[in-house]
Amino acid sequence: MFFWSIVLILIGIYSSYILGKSRIKKLVYSTNLKPKSQYNYHAQYVLSWCLLPALIVYFSWAIFEEQIIQNLILDSFEYVEGAAYNDGLLLAEIRNVANNTDFSEGKSQEIINAASQYKSLKLTSEISFYISIIIIMVLGSLYAVRKINIQFNAQDTIEKYIKYILIFCSSIAVLTTIGIIFSLIFESFRFFSQVSIFEFLFSTEWYPFIPIREGQAGAEGSFGAVPIFAGTFLVMIVAMCVAAPIGLLTAIYLSEYASQKVRKTVKPLLEILAGIPTIVYGFFAFVTVAPFVKSFGQSIGIDASPTSALAAGLVMGVMIIPFISSLSDDVINSVPQSLREGSLGIGANKAETIKKVILPAALPGIVGAFLLAISRAIGETMIVVVAAGTAANLTANPFENVTTVTVQIVVALIGDQEFDNPRTLSAFALGLVLFVITLSLNVLALRIVKKYRERYE
Amino acid sequence: MVENNNTKISAKDVDVFYSEKQALNKISMDIKEKEVTALIGPSGCGKSTFLRCINRMNDLIEICKVTGSIKVDNEEIISSSTDVVSLRSKIGMVFQKPNPFPKSIFDNVAYGPSIHGLADTKSDLENIVITSLKKAGLYNEVKDRLNEPGTSLSGGQQQRLCIARAIAVNPEIILMDEPCSALDPIATAIIEELIDELRLNYTIIIVTHSMQQAARVSQKTCFFHLGELIESGETNKIFTNPDNTKTQDYITGRFG
Repeated sequence: MFFWSIVLILIGIYSSYILGKSRIKKLVYSTNLKPKSQYNYHAQYVLSWCLLPALIVYFSWAIFEEQIIQNLILDSFEYVEGAAYNDGLLLAEIRNVANNTDFSEGKSQEIINAASQYKSLKLTSEISFYISIIIIMVLGSLYAVRKINIQFNAQDTIEKYIKYILIFCSSIAVLTTIGIIFSLIFESFRFFSQVSIFEFLFSTEWYPFIPIREGQAGAEGSFGAVPIFAGTFLVMIVAMCVAAPIGLLTAIYLSEYASQKVRKTVKPLLEILAGIPTIVYGFFAFVTVAPFVKSFGQSIGIDASPTSALAAGLVMGVMIIPFISSLSDDVINSVPQSLREGSLGIGANKAETIKKVILPAALPGIVGAFLLAISRAIGETMIVVVAAGTAANLTANPFENVTTVTVQIVVALIGDQEFDNPRTLSAFALGLVLFVITLSLNVLALRIVKKYRERYE
Repeated sequence: MVENNNTKISAKDVDVFYSEKQALNKISMDIKEKEVTALIGPSGCGKSTFLRCINRMNDLIEICKVTGSIKVDNEEIISSSTDVVSLRSKIGMVFQKPNPFPKSIFDNVAYGPSIHGLADTKSDLENIVITSLKKAGLYNEVKDRLNEPGTSLSGGQQQRLCIARAIAVNPEIILMDEPCSALDPIATAIIEELIDELRLNYTIIIVTHSMQQAARVSQKTCFFHLGELIESGETNKIFTNPDNTKTQDYITGRFG
């Protein structure tokens, strides 16, 4: 159905365009007047009246077809007295039989009947789909063609349609975001109906185990998220300790000391670091850095675990260097040259100028860059899963295992999980808190950056 | 007017190239101590470029190459061994657009003295700041709000703040690159008066587009055209009876 409908729509597009163009040409020829809009716009007008209704038909079919067929089948299904039915399983079975992908023997008569009904409904639906899409395209084009005349301002109309299409596209992103927020909030409410919000936010015990059978001893789940947020914070601190100085000094070198040529080569190279998939950083952390941290810890007499906050934080720091260096470089570059000249003109040397004039002037922007990097570090998952472990320790020792919010979300959602289990639902509560934190960091960062821009432009 | 014959700056055969393009061609001139010398000429004639040679500001432009000789107090400054930092502390500069640092008014002026270690104590520093602000004629307007940001001042005040900042390091020469072009007539008049006072203690070189300004504030005038020094001499003479017909055409407004 997909292939042929595309062909149909393409044919419709082509013929409606030609139709529109020939129509306006004919009008111009017969009246010998200058049309208000160019030929192309009239053609595009007819085209859009052909294409948009066709797309609406197409998508409504794609969305509603299966649903309607299913309801029809379930309505007319000959339920056998006394047998237990699950609608989903039943439908799956009927569909399998209809598509000849169910090879088990001994299908009951009512299933076979339903399957043949399903097949005939599918066929009817397909035929009516093609017919309606052709009719709607023809009707749409004819309506548009009738509206064309010399006085008709097709250009304005097309302009308006384009605006609507753009609004539609941008609203998709906004609506998706709102949808995500609502699903987070909704699932979190389910979690908080089982676990108190105060326990979640303030208790320090995270043992998300749920008793398998009623009254099982010693297996009461405990959902205190403090160790998880502490772990996230610890990894983030380690990462920023690496990334902040290196990134900032790199930015200063690039913007103030490096020649144009060096800058043009080094900056893109650095930005490649940002393009490496994070799981690759995870390998690196696990295979190279974690053993090194462990042996380093042993050499100074600290018992380091094989995966540690330090290993994950170090590698994560390397990962966010390009964020800091690239953004700070842009910010430092946008400090007006006149300030540099003013400082150098008094007899300050380069280092004094940077330290006392340029960095203070660029500070808000640099802080913004740091905040963006932090929110990136908090949201990072793969490196921590691989290199920091999954045990929720409440510790400030970077040589120990810790876990982060994102890792716990992954752990909670992996494998067979029931959605009424607080262990699974805890993922959404964690996600909600994480979302609030990174969102507020982003908003803060953007505000600071904006304020900075206003001052100099 | 006290006549003096001490040459402060002496330029000889100065050529400046931006990449391949020659911006200045064999400029030679002497600039006398404690006088105002105005550099005039149409846009792109090289007067700002010459000004920026004197404190080596052209070093900031990667593609710019300066040859020839400029001596300040008989010391060669166009050489790789020149101590640019001490040269610039001796030569203050005021730019076309006021460029106060995003710091408080006090810190703007205190910036130079503190990096050069001119003040041993806090009260020394305060003295320098207040004296400089007074010399720049700004003190009475800002004495109650020294801790406010320098950028909060009006354009003319900002420019006087920049002058105060420049004289705070005790320079001998002040370079001014069209200091009034971003200011309104009243602020311009205040700055011109200030230049006239500063002349008693400093050697001033001013680039200007306004011939009236050159005539008002300067004792010597140099006319640049297409990278060459066409004529230089007493301002009175240049503006009343120039030797060169090009100068005559320019000051009478026939081109430029």
